[in-house]
Amino acid sequence: MAINWFKYSAPTTFYGLAGKLIPWFAVSAAVLCIVGLYIGFVVAPADAQQGEFYRIIFIHVPSSILSMFLYLIMAAYAAMGLIFNTRLSSMMASAIAPTGALFAFISLWTGALWGKPMWGAWWVWDARLTSELILLFLYLGFISLHASIDDPRRADRAAALLAIVGSVNVPIIYFSVKWWNTLHQGSTIKFTGTSMHIAMQQAMFTMLVACWLYAITVTLMRVRSIILERERHTKWITELAEVKS
Amino acid sequence: MKKLSLFSLLMLVVRRDLVLAMRRRADVLTTLIFFVMVVSLFPLGVGPEMGMLRKMAPGVLWVAALLASMLSLGRLFSADYLDGTLEQMLLAPQSLSVLVLGKMASHWMVSGLPLVLMTPVLGLQFDMSIQAIGVLILGLLLGTPILSMVGAIGAALTLGLRGGGVLLSLLVLPLCIPVLIFGTGAVEAVTSGLSVSSHLSLMGALLVLALVFTPWVTAQALRISME
Repeated sequence: MAINWFKYSAPTTFYGLAGKLIPWFAVSAAVLCIVGLYIGFVVAPADAQQGEFYRIIFIHVPSSILSMFLYLIMAAYAAMGLIFNTRLSSMMASAIAPTGALFAFISLWTGALWGKPMWGAWWVWDARLTSELILLFLYLGFISLHASIDDPRRADRAAALLAIVGSVNVPIIYFSVKWWNTLHQGSTIKFTGTSMHIAMQQAMFTMLVACWLYAITVTLMRVRSIILERERHTKWITELAEVKS
Repeated sequence: MKKLSLFSLLMLVVRRDLVLAMRRRADVLTTLIFFVMVVSLFPLGVGPEMGMLRKMAPGVLWVAALLASMLSLGRLFSADYLDGTLEQMLLAPQSLSVLVLGKMASHWMVSGLPLVLMTPVLGLQFDMSIQAIGVLILGLLLGTPILSMVGAIGAALTLGLRGGGVLLSLLVLPLCIPVLIFGTGAVEAVTSGLSVSSHLSLMGALLVLALVFTPWVTAQALRISME
């Protein structure tokens, strides 16, 4: 039987699919989040060097990882939208951007909370912190460029070009910042990850999966709203049960 | 119509833009005055202590150059966009990338080069050594064209948008961070007696990369903005 791989690349069919998938992702994200936080805060022992403060990594590390991956995924979707001129890819890109920016912000915020007791400063001009901050700027640039162009198709294409330029530039920025830091300050205090306790690993991994599921849930919800907004003049939208009522 | 070679086409655009800029000298001067003013504000803000100023000077001059080039980027395409010349350029049978490269080059001559020429005077104000000023100028000579070229992408993307100027800075400034780091890094290196060649080589590499890719990307951005 021939499978139509492109069936769900149309907003019409994807809207329904996303609606069916959202509850599954949402429930599993919530369950894994509770489990992960339980293991992280109750089961896992206190760290030998950092005491209780280290527990912030169960939120900090997953959100840092996600903020970086989401930028790549967003740029990939944007590039697909630009190259193949598919509407849904561009919608996905603009649906991912706010979540990515949120995770970048959470990562910076929790990092600051951890840095105050551990390093004695809310902010250190370390290479990692600086590049995360620049990543947040790139997200904000993408969002604000998209927001300031009225024609959604032109906005998609302009923002896509920016996302691609950004993703090409990210490695250059990262290495220049890293080098800048090592030139000036020498090595700063880094998280000395001596063999982690098994419960810590479990908690971190569970939280990572939970954050992924949360990101997918929110992106699907947002892309559904974008589809509704952009296709509001089409017939199939007016025939939807939730629109009629 | 006689077929133009790419180089003569480039020269044609550069000459046209330079003539246009010379007819409106005030615009060129505004950028330069802005640069001088921002640099002169720093000693007023942080105090006249010479040791600190000498240390800050490369960073201050670079950041001021970055801001000054942002200021003039908005004008890169807007005049041609408003009077319809840009549309003709897009329709022209010649390569749009070369036309864009010509516009970038003339933009740098008008807004980047004056800043570089002004730098020695400002450097002396900050009590920099002659050697450090030399390296700073070399860095600016390599770096300011990159600012013009990367900025052109932003200028093309924000063409004709409301609030385009602020948005432009928001888009372009993060992308210019490597230039800032290598430019100031070179001066830091020479003042602490290290070799500057690594910083300047990296800056040269960035310049070559920008020279290859940005005209094409800017041309794509113009096509998106003008469709």
